[in-house]
Amino acid sequence: MSTRGARAAFPASWWTRAGWVLLAAYVVYAGARLDFTWERFLVGLDNGARFIDRMFPPVIVQPDSLANGLVESLQIALLASFLGIVISLPVGLLASRNLMPVWATWPARIVIALCRSFHPVIVAILFVKAVGFGAMAGILALMVASVGFIGKLFAEAIEEISLKQVEAVRATGASFMNVITYGVLPQVFTRFIGFATYQLDSNLRNSTMVGIVGAGGIGGTLFSAFQRFDYDFVAAILLSIIAMIMVGEVLAGWVRGVFLEKGKVDGD
Amino acid sequence: MAATTALVLRGLSMEYVRGKPVLRGIDLEVGTEGLTAIIGPSGTGKSTLIRCINRLVDPTAGEILFHGQDLARLRGEALRHARRRIGMVFQEYNLVERLSVMENVLSGRLGYVSPWKAWMRKYPQEDIDRAFELLEIVGLAAFPNQRADSLSGGQRQRVGIARAVMQRPQLLLADEPTSSLDPKTSVEIMELMRDIGRRQSIPVMVNMHDVELARRFADRIVGMSGGAIVFDGPPGDLADDHLKGIYGGEGWLQ
Repeated sequence: MSTRGARAAFPASWWTRAGWVLLAAYVVYAGARLDFTWERFLVGLDNGARFIDRMFPPVIVQPDSLANGLVESLQIALLASFLGIVISLPVGLLASRNLMPVWATWPARIVIALCRSFHPVIVAILFVKAVGFGAMAGILALMVASVGFIGKLFAEAIEEISLKQVEAVRATGASFMNVITYGVLPQVFTRFIGFATYQLDSNLRNSTMVGIVGAGGIGGTLFSAFQRFDYDFVAAILLSIIAMIMVGEVLAGWVRGVFLEKGKVDGD
Repeated sequence: MAATTALVLRGLSMEYVRGKPVLRGIDLEVGTEGLTAIIGPSGTGKSTLIRCINRLVDPTAGEILFHGQDLARLRGEALRHARRRIGMVFQEYNLVERLSVMENVLSGRLGYVSPWKAWMRKYPQEDIDRAFELLEIVGLAAFPNQRADSLSGGQRQRVGIARAVMQRPQLLLADEPTSSLDPKTSVEIMELMRDIGRRQSIPVMVNMHDVELARRFADRIVGMSGGAIVFDGPPGDLADDHLKGIYGGEGWLQ
């Protein structure tokens, strides 16, 4: 046996190398096809600078429209989160394969998959067509997104619980609902609060956007300001949105604190 | 049915996989009191036997006559009502980890309270008084509001016993209740099981590995091997020959 022979610890994989080469080639090809070039970027920088220049100083041109838009966005987010959470609880439970028979998990999984297939903006467009312009469409659109997100994660959380605890509760002769309340929910409660507050946060962001397609909220105000070239107003709106998101983050953190504190058993 | 018999098993069989029976036609009568220890090697169906009785596992054939009622045929609500009368203690305690000791003990009453009241933790005062009383008996009076996952193994098993007794059962089952505990705690838990059985005058059926512990605490020992009962008698009658028959070999007896 050779003692100096180069024994490779990690044998070369020609498939992996070929994969990288192909990926690099495709990136170059796709960039060329889409006219993704350095020159255009440089020209764009110029335009961007002019745009930013016109944004400052920010001016609140229409205070009413800004305030109403923000309040409406907030309400859309809160209502959509609340309704979405209420609906996703039973849907998620029905979709959990360790507790439910197949005839229940399939329909629930299909509902969740449908809710998750489209971006909220696309769903919002559909709802604007269905129920007309305004906040109602936005609420429905974000509710659908919430059911998809929380329902899926909730079902997964339930599928990971310890069935021993469930078995013990069943052994006491507890009814199905009591098994859920005592054997299942305590095991997933903290995670559920996590999903719900995350979704609230995400709904707040999305509620500023559905307005662009006419589904209510600050997005509509933003879009019309863009179209009027009121860039100083655009800047003011963007800053207000940032402020609102930050407030929302604090709010979500507070909700989490309250519920998780309550979920804990207080020591003496 | 004679008043001295709580439970009669007739031809109880169970196969998880077709053609591979775990229990082969068990016939067993259990009186209205006393501690019956079921011993036998791992995988011999002790646990399946215990779980068949309260139908956490469904037997393939046979009868489970509990105070004259055949539990093997029950479904739905009738089965849940039958389960309320049978308390169960588990090897790994199976407490709801995130709930408090008190919530776990009171969960023994879940067969009797409506979902709304259970959710709101509105138990009848009489149940609450009894829960405190039981915590006193199992020696956990100081911890009603502690979370179950903050307790030691022995303490958890005490909560498990209190939860089972909270049901006011007519039969107490225990599936390897001491296998996850140290020797001293095991003895304490067995003492507690025996005393509670006597105090409530209910029969107790315990699966166990530890032959010495079984000899010490049981009024009756049932030895199982290969899914069948091969010994049944008072602890005094259990000789080395029987143990060879139950566990096989003899080197370990030295």
